[in-house]
Amino acid sequence: MKYLRHVWDHLRKDLRLEWRSRDSINGMLFFALLVVVVFGLAFDPTSYPTMTRQISGGILWVALLFASITALNQSWAREQRNNVLEAQRMAPSPASALFLGKALANMLFVLVVEAVLAPIFIVFFNLHALGNVWLLALILPLGTWALVVNGTFFAALGLRARNRELLLPLLLLPISLPALLAMVQATTGVLTADLDPIQISTWIKQLLGYDIIFTTVCILLFETVLNAE
Amino acid sequence: MEQRTPTLRNVAWLWFGISIAVLAFGFRQAIFLVPTDAAQGNVGRIFYYHVPIAMLSLIFPYINFVASLFYLYWRRREPLKALTADALALATAEVTVVYSSICLLTGMLWARAVWGIWWTWDPRLTSMLLLWLLYVSYLMLRQFSSAGQTHTLAAVLSVFAAVDVPIVYMSIRWWRTQHPAPVFGGGPDSGVDPSMLPAFYWNLAGWTVWGICIVVFRFALERRRQFAEQEAALQAIEASLEIPQ
Repeated sequence: MKYLRHVWDHLRKDLRLEWRSRDSINGMLFFALLVVVVFGLAFDPTSYPTMTRQISGGILWVALLFASITALNQSWAREQRNNVLEAQRMAPSPASALFLGKALANMLFVLVVEAVLAPIFIVFFNLHALGNVWLLALILPLGTWALVVNGTFFAALGLRARNRELLLPLLLLPISLPALLAMVQATTGVLTADLDPIQISTWIKQLLGYDIIFTTVCILLFETVLNAE
Repeated sequence: MEQRTPTLRNVAWLWFGISIAVLAFGFRQAIFLVPTDAAQGNVGRIFYYHVPIAMLSLIFPYINFVASLFYLYWRRREPLKALTADALALATAEVTVVYSSICLLTGMLWARAVWGIWWTWDPRLTSMLLLWLLYVSYLMLRQFSSAGQTHTLAAVLSVFAAVDVPIVYMSIRWWRTQHPAPVFGGGPDSGVDPSMLPAFYWNLAGWTVWGICIVVFRFALERRRQFAEQEAALQAIEASLEIPQ
């Protein structure tokens, strides 16, 4: 119970910081929008509706992945100002509560971006999904958590590294590839209705398993990373 | 500096000589003695290099993972032992990258000749590529991270990689396949003609002893670097303690 209160405190602090600056959400939103526009120009999606359905799941996730990397790089840099991070390290609350609060805040930011981006995406790509669209309400949060939990962890891991902006994608992408495969396959399956519902549910279960496993590993190892000297 | 007795050095040279000899013998077996494959012709001979190296490139990551766990355990308790574990983790990670690169390249050569394409997004090709990517990113992290943190962060990433590899393997497994079924222990039809076995075992033995040889060499090199670093740090401390005249 006390642990949850610590997590809630960290989450509230991050939300308040974001509410006052609105750096991450604005940056992410515009970046994701630009990626969608660039892909739209490259593929001419309105003329080829079938091809669009096949590739738009991948494009959506690539846009979100790149956008969240840009925001995740900044999320820990905030804590470095005035040596706040050193104070966090000395605080008696468990280190993983800090991590969970930060990851949940990042998750909320990316979800806001998705909520704004999805209608724009549908309009620009003239998208008409053939499968059960409500499944996306399950796939999107699970996929986002998979990206954000590892991303927040690796952003903290590369915090003191030389060129940390480059290091985050170098570490995050190889680790996330199984999750990316699962979320892109499930999304494409929903959009095209080519995949069996059983196959889609298997991909969703894999995504869920990935989320649970990596959340556990991140929570267990975060203290080591925070105090790595 | 670490004491390097002549015995140790002689053993290392002997080991090196043996690995060269076994590799040469395996080469003779694989290229000249084994009958040509009926279906693939001489191209099939790459099997004796591709499969042993693929098997070994799946074994070295385990050593890296175990060494990283020991590093994390000893980090605060016994820092000197922890450094030894870290040197072993670094050596095996580098050899993993080398072996999996060779595995991917020999596989591509074979695929071009037999399948007609260099690459396909098949489960086993993809999971080997991911293994390669993970360990390259491990080496990248070691290069980029700031000096005091490198060992810990690399050990943490190694744990992540070890968790990731089985997930990759399972998730891609039933995706789509084109790679030949496992030759050993893959089902009732698996296994090879007895005439192929000597060449295969000699090459497996050869690449194993050679792999151990380069791991130990790289380990010794990293240990010397660590000792030099400690020596320099010690001298700096001693210099700062001297009373100015």
